[in-house]
Formats: sequence, structure tokens, C-alpha cells
Amino acid sequence: MKISRLSMVFIAITLIFGLTGPSASEDINPEFKDLLREGLRTKGSVQLERFLSLDATQKFCSDSNVNINSDEAGQLMSKALQQIQYPADGSYLGDWTEGEKIAQSGKGLRFNDTNDTENGGNCYACHQIRKDELAYGTLGPSLYQYGKLRGYSDEVLRYTWAKIFNPQAFLMCSNMPRYGHNGILTVKQMRNILALLLDPQSPVNE
Amino acid sequence: MIRRIVVTVLISVFWCGQLFAEDETAAGIQEYRDLLSDGNPAELWVLSGEELWFTSVGPKGTSLETCDLGKGPGVVRGAYVELPRYFPDVKKVMDLEQRLIHCRMAIQGLSYSDVTSYPFTKTGQETSEIEMLVAFIASESRGMHMNIPLEHAEEQKMFDLGEQIFYFRAGSHDFGCITCHSGDNRRVRLQELPNFRNQDQARKTYGSWPAYRVSAGEVRTMQHRLYDCFRQQRFPEAIYGHDMITALIMFLAKSADGGVYNAPAMKR
Repeated sequence: MKISRLSMVFIAITLIFGLTGPSASEDINPEFKDLLREGLRTKGSVQLERFLSLDATQKFCSDSNVNINSDEAGQLMSKALQQIQYPADGSYLGDWTEGEKIAQSGKGLRFNDTNDTENGGNCYACHQIRKDELAYGTLGPSLYQYGKLRGYSDEVLRYTWAKIFNPQAFLMCSNMPRYGHNGILTVKQMRNILALLLDPQSPVNE
Repeated sequence: MIRRIVVTVLISVFWCGQLFAEDETAAGIQEYRDLLSDGNPAELWVLSGEELWFTSVGPKGTSLETCDLGKGPGVVRGAYVELPRYFPDVKKVMDLEQRLIHCRMAIQGLSYSDVTSYPFTKTGQETSEIEMLVAFIASESRGMHMNIPLEHAEEQKMFDLGEQIFYFRAGSHDFGCITCHSGDNRRVRLQELPNFRNQDQARKTYGSWPAYRVSAGEVRTMQHRLYDCFRQQRFPEAIYGHDMITALIMFLAKSADGGVYNAPAMKR
């Protein structure tokens, strides 16, 4: 319901500003959508119809000729930034030892996971984080000494929270999942991840 | 029977090798790699697949010797490097695994369920006939060049749909093929990721499937590779042998066009 209201807003924006090229308000081509609908099936917690209902960001980023510097990208990014929810009590840091477990776990939201599986963040799949974990990926930048290099100011805390909540607010079509916006991690889990990166006692900042 | 014993012994050796590598230091890992380089267990799947190809089975009691993989009835040599392709008899594009489904139903009289219900071997259970047949047929193209001309309109259509799948980002994590396979020198954990927008990398990678997976102790087909990619992308479950996967395989095969085919290979 919320999504369809959002797409109405985008249709309105498109009509008013007369944007050209592939638009986020256009649905994916019907023949292609039918192929996906027939070739995939709901399993576990992964629901087919929900999967096929792309939001504006997914539609925009599924274009092979996407221009991430376009006006439309700019609009999607500002919308993403406006929608970020910061912790109500202003408390950003949880327990880094718990954050480490979340960063290690790639579980959750796959069709072979059960509904009660606690979702991981799988941060190590793409980022270097602790120096003693050698099995890290390189799709994203190294986060080793994240806080030590950037400082522990409120501004850094707020930016880091927002980046994890919705990376699309900072880099259009980023490879990184929208952990907060898409409800992959809970607020408590996000606090623990932030502690891993920004608690001065965390081994990341040794 | 003897082959079965040989398979069991060899797999046990490789499996022990795997455990060894996880527990020991770099020297142990090297020893393990040397052990693996001695030979590829996929050859055992190739032998079983060849035997199966010539064995009469099913309600019609026939072998697959009249199956047309695109180069005429019974021609296995060079078939894999020209697949997927358009088949006039069924008026559609098929990859190898779809074509095997068709042949086993049409020629041997087996049911759709017979030929699709067990595509991927489960741990500790009997080896999938599909994995054996695919290993054999693929091995008969070793050393040849990938040749996907896209001459038929239906082939072009499947390629276009496959390209859309490659760029499609959806699901809880906004993942797609492109997330992991569009940049150079990238890894997930320690696994190196081929960039499918780079022709050399596409050729090398596509040309190495099907492959013996040390981590599974089984030969896995391209359908399985994509099934498991989709699982990790948080996509719904891919239906075995569906046109959707064939479309994606067409895009990947064309991306590897001209490359030397060198499978079944051996992988982590």
C-alpha cells in the first residue's frame, strides 16, 4: 500500500518534469516478468509475488544502461535520505561482540532459511573489518580501523547509521543491501554493527 | 560394481583431503592442492554418463543414441559448445539439460517427473543421472571453441531475456547477477568472482562448467550453479529446466563466445 502510494508520487513527478528515458515508474516488461513468474516459485519465506513487486530503486537499478548521475537518480537518493529512521533515543552503539557475530553471519531470507532464522549482515562477505579475520571479500571498501580513521563524533555515528540503513541515499545502485530500509536487520542489530565499527574498544579500532 | 568402489574410495580420499586443508597450515593446503591436481574425479562421472547414454532404459527400452543434441541424431561430439540453441522439432531454444529432458521423455518414454525430480545429487544419496549425462556430453566438447551465433530470432530473444535477468536487481537484498559479476578483481570472502562483462573472464568461467565441486564431492551442472546463485541472491527458488534459466545460460554462453571450452573442470 505504501509502495503503491510512492509509485503514484513518482508517476506525478515524471509527468510534471517530463523526464525521458527509462523511468522508475515504468513496470518491468511484461514478457520478462511472466518468464520470472513461471521460472521461479515461492519457497520458505521468499514470496514470489512480493519479489516481483519491485520498488522504484530496484526498477531504476535493473536497467542495463542505468545512469546513476541522472536527475531521476538524484531524486531517488534524496527520497532515500529523507526516509532514513535514526534511533529515537539517539543511542547508536550496542555491543561490538554481538556486532561481530552479525557481521560473520550470512544467514537469513534465503529460500532454504526458516522464518525464525536470525538474519545476518554478512559484512565480511564484502568488507575487511577486523584484522584477524582473513576471509573477507573485496566488493566493498575495507572497514578496518573505521572509527580510528574517522573519529567518533556524532556526525560520523549518524552518517554510518544512515549508510547501513540505506546505502542508496549516498550511492545510487550501490551493491550494498538496504539493511534498515528493507528490514533486514533490527535496530538492535544495527546498534551492534555500529559498535563493531565505532566503539573505541572494538578490535576494529585497535 | 568395481567403478562404484573406485568412486567411493576416491571420493573418501578427496573428502579427507578437504578436512585436512581446513585444519592444517599452508603446507597442508598445498599438499591438498597437489593431491587434487593429480586428476579430476569428474572423469568418473564422464565414464558413468557415457555408459548411461548407451544403456537402454525406460518404458520404450531404448538408449539415447538417437537423441539429437543439435548436431544430428546421436552426435555428442561438439554439441555442448553450441548450446543453448533453437531446436526446430520443438520450436524452442533449449539448453543441454532441457534437451535431455526432451530426449528422455520422447525417446525413452520416461515421465517428466522421472527426468526432472532429482537433478542435483543430495549428500549421501545416489548420484543424479543428469549430472553423469551432462558430464559425459560436456567432456565431448573439451578443447573446442564456444560457438553461439544467435542466428535464429528465438535465440536472440532468449539472449535478450537472459541479459535482462543478468541486470535484474530485486528481493530483500536488491541483489542480482550484476552485484557480484560486473567488476574486476572482486571476491566474496575468499572466493574470486568472474566479471561477466569481461569477455576473457566470461570465457574462462563459462568454459569450466559443469565442474567437480570439491566442497560438494559432486559434479554440478550449469543449472545447479545458477540455482545456487539465485538462492544466495535471495531470489525465490528456480524451477529446474525452465526457460528462465535457459535464457540466462544463453546470455552467459554468448558472453563466452569464441572461448576454448575446458570442462568438466574442478572447483572449490
